[in-house]
Amino acid sequence: MKDTLANTEKKTAYILTLPAVALVFAIILFPIFANVWISFKEVELKDIRIPEPRAKKIVKSISEDPSKIKILYKLRNSSLLQEIRDVSFQDKFPKNFEITDLDKRCDYKKYTLKCKFGNWPAKYRENFTVVFKTNDGSKINKNSLKSTKPKLNGTSDNILLNTTFTLKNFKKVLLDDEFIDLLLTTFYYTFFGTVGSIIFGILTAQMVNQKFYGRTFMRSVLLFPYVAPVVALAYTWELLLDPNSGTLNSLLINYQVIETPINLLGQKYIEINILGFDLKLRLALTTVIMFEIWRYFPLAFLFILARLQAIPKELYEAADVDGASPFQKFFKITLPQITAVISILFMIRFIWNFNKFEDVFLLTGGASGTRTLPINVYQQGFAISDIGMGSAVSIVIVVLLLLFMFFYFKLLGKRVDEN
Amino acid sequence: MKTKNLILFALISSFFLIFLVSIWKILATLQGLDIQNFNLQIIFIFGLLISFAHLRIGNKIKIFYKSIIFSFIFVVCDGYIIQKLPLWYNIGIFLVLYFFVNKINKYSFEDLKREHSTQVIFFDFLTLFGILFFSFVILFPFYMMLITSFKTQIALLVNPLDFSINFGQDLKDLFNSYFVIFKSYKFGKYILTSTIVSVGTVIITLLFAIPAAYAIARLNFFGKTFMSTSILIIYMFPAIVLVIPLYTIFSQLGLRNSIEGLLIVYTATTLPVAIYMLQGYFKSIPKELEEAAILDKLSWFGIISKIIIPLSIPAISSVALYVFMIAWNEFLFSLMFLDNPNSFTLSRAIQYLSGDAETPRQYLMAGSVIVTLPVLFIFVYFEKYLVSGLTAGSVKG
Repeated sequence: MKDTLANTEKKTAYILTLPAVALVFAIILFPIFANVWISFKEVELKDIRIPEPRAKKIVKSISEDPSKIKILYKLRNSSLLQEIRDVSFQDKFPKNFEITDLDKRCDYKKYTLKCKFGNWPAKYRENFTVVFKTNDGSKINKNSLKSTKPKLNGTSDNILLNTTFTLKNFKKVLLDDEFIDLLLTTFYYTFFGTVGSIIFGILTAQMVNQKFYGRTFMRSVLLFPYVAPVVALAYTWELLLDPNSGTLNSLLINYQVIETPINLLGQKYIEINILGFDLKLRLALTTVIMFEIWRYFPLAFLFILARLQAIPKELYEAADVDGASPFQKFFKITLPQITAVISILFMIRFIWNFNKFEDVFLLTGGASGTRTLPINVYQQGFAISDIGMGSAVSIVIVVLLLLFMFFYFKLLGKRVDEN
Repeated sequence: MKTKNLILFALISSFFLIFLVSIWKILATLQGLDIQNFNLQIIFIFGLLISFAHLRIGNKIKIFYKSIIFSFIFVVCDGYIIQKLPLWYNIGIFLVLYFFVNKINKYSFEDLKREHSTQVIFFDFLTLFGILFFSFVILFPFYMMLITSFKTQIALLVNPLDFSINFGQDLKDLFNSYFVIFKSYKFGKYILTSTIVSVGTVIITLLFAIPAAYAIARLNFFGKTFMSTSILIIYMFPAIVLVIPLYTIFSQLGLRNSIEGLLIVYTATTLPVAIYMLQGYFKSIPKELEEAAILDKLSWFGIISKIIIPLSIPAISSVALYVFMIAWNEFLFSLMFLDNPNSFTLSRAIQYLSGDAETPRQYLMAGSVIVTLPVLFIFVYFEKYLVSGLTAGSVKG
């Protein structure tokens, strides 16, 4: 009895979870495997359309004899690259129709015209005509003929499904001259964006953790950049930083801080002089990182604030009794309490920043030294239309992420052991 | 020791004053005032003088009169004599100074003698500075977005610093950009598409997630722990990796440029987090209620619809709001899957609009305001429910 109850429970559980699991499997897990598959293939954007046989039906009445009609089918293979095999054709006609001369590939039975056209090579075209007449001599209504559409079928190779594989994509990705640069850019973007947002998160959380008027309002305001749509924010920043009539440049010129406008999003390098050293700074990349920090520090802020509010007050009171300074209190009490949250945040933000596409895409489109790996996926796959290459780059992303997670957990595990 | 503290206090407070006045000056410049420099030295000297004078006078005069006197002196010297600026600017400066004097009023000679007094003062001012700085840095782009959408192209080009809006003009002229994007760029249609997609995603996600979350929270079955851990791993998985295979599959199935295609992808990407949040809440519902229901021979459908759902309305609605926000803000998949303007969502439409260099930017900003407002409205209005969910990591980004 108990066993059957457990069985029904199991069955119910599978029924309840099945739709969600199936959908996630189809849209998230299956594409990941498909990605590996595609990355070993030479596929371009134009190859992924399945070739289909097409026919355009044109009805022409014959002026001398209204009981006769000529129908022209413009047949073609939609693909410029692949052949279609065993094309079959089918079209229906009214019950009083008789065919005058039958093409030898065709067959007219039960008022249905069936043809077998055999194989069509790529770019194949043919004008196929048939002439009909009515068996009772009545007039033909052209419109009723136009309304029925011919059905065509054929088999063709789906380039994605064949089993020829190549390592070409990975060779091209990894041996590319710019690959090291691409990695470095991605790393700078991810690392500084992550560290920056965590530092700002600590500062703001520390700030909001104190009592002041309008604190709840402040908390919502701090979250605005995180919840607002990225498209709106990116274009607003672009406008703000515009070299010609952007607000920031105009302000700086107005206050005579700079003489000529700086193209913050369009200039790859800027030379700055610090203590007599000439430094070359990646300007556009820095700006993009700034945007990233601005947009994502709220997440760090929320996590850290939640942790700060859970620190027992007694710790601080005891420190006050011992005469600790605010700096000491921060470094000796607060910081050790939030390290666990920070290490989780670092991982989450690192992974998400590593895959960030929209922000850079909308701000610079990957120009002026801001091309990161996710941008490269898009550029290879859709700008150069090499789907296989795009897939290979995204596989590189996944491998790097897995490596990062592996080492990060190892490092973290060690530190936990030491403690 | 005492002189050192005194000097540090004066320095910190005058730097804070410089910051306060600078923000006001920037805002005033953006209202079209011709302010070419901050006069930092003068503000700095005034800051020092006010701090010293404040400590010297102490409590001999009432704080109210003291603030007014200091502020008034500052305004007369800085605003009228040196820069000859209009009245509203000087009222602003007066209020800034009044605020400042009230802030430094907390500190007296006795405080400065205490241990760590400079650090305490430093932290106090840092907090204040932080609050103002972050509010300014965060709100300024939003402010600019809103103001630009009300300006005309000529006004923007003539003086990019003039953020003032002429409220005297016709409402039709004021909202001109909004009228244009609705009329010529079909924004009404895009809003409709975005709404259908977002609301549709919410409904389908909830339909799939509630039973699954219930099963994970309550029932025992093989693969349960595996399922609940893999939810989070799947959630961490990058969307950019899914883009190419989904694009190829959707092209072959003819799902590109269709609302159905977007609905499928959005639902699949929001499902893991919805299940994760819901099962956490379902676990907190007392089991006894269901046990009674099982005795009453209620099926699982009955249990979910009659007991679980009514008891977890707050959790379900916050999940619904999140899913709505995620779907509404989504950009990557709409960029990949939609290239026919008839099926654009709002985000995609704005991106498409910006692709044309000729598009006046006030239209772009009007579009941005339209896409931002609903999200911010939901967020501010339901803030209490949403913040706890954000801490659970519900919005990926």
